[in-house]
Amino acid sequence: MNYEAVIGLEIHVELNTESKMFCGCSARVFGEKPNTHTCPVCLGMPGSLPVVNEKAIECTAKIGLALNSKIASFTKFDRKNYFYPDMPKDYQISQYDLPICEGGCVDVEIAGLAPEGSDPRGYVRRVGITRVHLEEDTGKLIHIGESGRIGGAEYSLVDFNRAGVPLVEIVTEPDIRTPDEAKAFVQKLKNIIEHLGVSDCDMEKGFFRCDANVSLRPLGTEELGTKSEVKNMNSFRAIQRALAYEIERQGELLGAGERVIQETRHWDAAKNVTMSLRSKEEAHDYRYFPEPDLVPMELSRNWVEELKASLPELPNARKKRFIEDYGLTLYDAEFLTSSKTVGDYFEECAKDYPDVKKISNWIMGELTMHLNAVNLKIDESAVTPRHLVQLIKLIDEGAISGKMAKDIFKEMFETGKLPGIIIEEKGLVQISNEKEIDKIVDMVLEENQKAIEEYRSGKDRAFGFLIGQIMRLTKGRANPQLVNDVLRKKLS
Amino acid sequence: MLHKLTAHELHEKLISKETSAVELCKDVFERIKAVESKVKAYISLTEEKALFTANKVDEKVKSSENLSPLAGIPTAIKDNMCTKGVKTTCASKILKNFVPVYSSTAVEKLFNENIVMTGKTNMDEFAMGSSTENSSFWPTSNPWDLRTVPGGSSGGSAAAVAADEAIFALGSDTGGSIRQPASLCGVVGMKPTYGLVSRYGLVAFASSLDQIGPITKDVTDCALVLNAICGKDPMDSTSLNTKTLDYTEALVNDVKGLKVGVPKEFMGEGIDLKVKKMVEDALMLFEKMGAIVEETSLSHVDYALSAYYLIAPAEASSNLARFDGVRYGYRTRQKVEDMIEMYSKTRAEGFGSEVKRRIMLGAYALSAGYYEAYYGQAQKVRTLIIEDFNKAFEKYDVLVSPTSPTVAFKIGEKVEDPLKMYMSDVCTIPANLAGIPAISIPCGLTDGLPVGLQIMGKALDEITILRAAYAFEQEFWFKEKPALFGR
Ligand SMILES: [Zn+2]
Repeated sequence: MNYEAVIGLEIHVELNTESKMFCGCSARVFGEKPNTHTCPVCLGMPGSLPVVNEKAIECTAKIGLALNSKIASFTKFDRKNYFYPDMPKDYQISQYDLPICEGGCVDVEIAGLAPEGSDPRGYVRRVGITRVHLEEDTGKLIHIGESGRIGGAEYSLVDFNRAGVPLVEIVTEPDIRTPDEAKAFVQKLKNIIEHLGVSDCDMEKGFFRCDANVSLRPLGTEELGTKSEVKNMNSFRAIQRALAYEIERQGELLGAGERVIQETRHWDAAKNVTMSLRSKEEAHDYRYFPEPDLVPMELSRNWVEELKASLPELPNARKKRFIEDYGLTLYDAEFLTSSKTVGDYFEECAKDYPDVKKISNWIMGELTMHLNAVNLKIDESAVTPRHLVQLIKLIDEGAISGKMAKDIFKEMFETGKLPGIIIEEKGLVQISNEKEIDKIVDMVLEENQKAIEEYRSGKDRAFGFLIGQIMRLTKGRANPQLVNDVLRKKLS
Repeated sequence: MLHKLTAHELHEKLISKETSAVELCKDVFERIKAVESKVKAYISLTEEKALFTANKVDEKVKSSENLSPLAGIPTAIKDNMCTKGVKTTCASKILKNFVPVYSSTAVEKLFNENIVMTGKTNMDEFAMGSSTENSSFWPTSNPWDLRTVPGGSSGGSAAAVAADEAIFALGSDTGGSIRQPASLCGVVGMKPTYGLVSRYGLVAFASSLDQIGPITKDVTDCALVLNAICGKDPMDSTSLNTKTLDYTEALVNDVKGLKVGVPKEFMGEGIDLKVKKMVEDALMLFEKMGAIVEETSLSHVDYALSAYYLIAPAEASSNLARFDGVRYGYRTRQKVEDMIEMYSKTRAEGFGSEVKRRIMLGAYALSAGYYEAYYGQAQKVRTLIIEDFNKAFEKYDVLVSPTSPTVAFKIGEKVEDPLKMYMSDVCTIPANLAGIPAISIPCGLTDGLPVGLQIMGKALDEITILRAAYAFEQEFWFKEKPALFGR
């Protein structure tokens, strides 16, 4: 039997507000000394009370608007009750039945063949958004022991810096069918949120976390199969691999006539498997009820309209503008708007330099290659947009050749030096003086009488040989166009 | 004998330099030393701090600075309000040695008025109870008869004021925890409108019902304390943004034309006949003073107790989850295998039986599949009760009832029967569910024990209930004092 995967995602996004969700502590806590950003409220001290950070409400509504959700006119917080040492109050203030945003969808362009077979050049998957709600993040446990995990730990330490940082949860409909679609959706979602500027979205730092509900069903049927929840997918690659693994695992079970158990599974990236965490029987009853320490909120339509009008440019609009205003191809525009920082980098370059095709070639070629090689992001690149434009201008002026430029770029990328300085230090300036070239060509011709004869007898290859000799003599610094012209003149 | 006086009387003596804050402080601590072994109103005493503050007040007097009406007045604080640097136990083993890093807003406001804190008072553990017998430490005695309870949960605060071990006290009221002990101890106790006084720093029992209020020797002091502690607090989202009132303006002896409703549900079954008689006498006095007294009905109020015992435990089950042995307070000393065992043992050993009973009741009421039938239904009843009160207040300025169905009962009499104990709050719970203000004032003695009269008012209409209470107090001057050391 052929099965189809049904995947729904839950994405947690840490907002980048100044202060925490319910107290005045700084929310910028990553890498800070443990328990230095805490107060009676975020430590859940007896008697302390939460006060809503309105900026976080605004950020959540912005996300909802960007995902085409309906913004609630009446919303409230609820308590989700469960015991865990990283949660100071042993309940999490979250939202249950009246989230800030409900409904919505995102159209995701997927490269390649649709699972049900369609346009081979790619297709669009519409992913429905169930809800977007706001809650508080938990602290972090550090398990002391060999395993580093809670099982077998000697003891555990708690860092409450992260406790109370605003956390947005985005829940999708089970509209996703393949690991590729899941990855593409998450990439697009991350890109949208980055453009909104409400989160730093750094997956490695845990600012953007993804869980998935996965089930299989016979192709062509509607009824949903038993799902498992996959957690701990900390990168795009992990999402793709974990889901592929889980689909295969469930497929094998069903194929062997066995049942899928409803459970939570943990993706182990090192072992390349998902492992059972807890079954449904062990699942919590969260005993949700309205948070009595906070008053429900009314979000006025005026406020929503103003917020909508204030939304920054989102990836789709930016892509369109890149094509229309810069004359970029769809392919280039798609690449350059695939992340906020890449688009920003491009536009920063484009401000100072009109030939955007050259810019996009450099970004998509050399820059991306070097970034990928050392696993850096574009905003961490030592080559700033200004440096890149300087380099391109030096090529235009004929000061360096395209080939030299690549070497110089490598050095710029590694050292952060300006192109002009590298050229000076290495004596790399291109020889574009005609007299000088003339002299060099003469020298080479004198020593290669045989090649001249060959050329004159019709062997074109000899011309290339002579160019090569000239370049060797000048260590590649001779202006290639000029050498070409001079040599041809002398030989004719 | 300074300890026998009220705050407003003492204020006059302080500004006229007839006495000093230090002298007053010493006098009250002498009184405490004399009677505390019998009453046991306090969990901890803060004499050193008290003298230090009293000295500062005297310096202010010397330098002719203006004294706030409560400056230098010895004050007891219920032990569920956080006091920076001073143990705050909630009368629970689980917080036995807990020292808060901050002070609750209401207490901070009193500190800003330069009150002299005498100590922290005994209570039912986490404010759950009506007799102060649920304290993990010891029961408090009613100064009127040491064999009886002072009521609860603010029993320590009420007993301290009745025994002149403090001039006034702060209590907290979730279902009657200020008014019922005030009634049983023959003092004045007020639960303000929900949200009038900040709850920040009050260790939560049931967040949607808890409210801090004054326990005083007379209505004038009640108004003065309310002036000091009320107001919007940015740290408490449920505190109300209201215009500032001077509650002493309510202190006029005039109830002519005041429409007094007497809900018959508060005067029926379960109310001790002697208590009922005293309340009826009080109502006759109101009529004599020119008020219009009529019987009325709050049709859903019979369900108030049931609704309360779902809502309050539900919120408590969540509020008390944080006492888990991880960050502060008691942790089991037994060897444990894992986290869950640490939680269970800590909480099993740290909480008393009434607290555990309510946590379980609340967790059950909120659990999947039961939520609608219990918690959901209780919230609906709560809405109906609010509507009942709204309707009644269209017709009446105040509603009057007994505060407690009985006078002080014997220590140990009801501990084995929680339901009987829960009935102690049958007259006070409706005001908490509706969020309206209510005051209890003494209206006489029966068999040597005080009876309290409850006056309830519209939300934020503390002025009217204070006026009714003040007028009554002027006509019915309750001069009796507990026989602790003879009259
Ligand atoms: Zn904080």
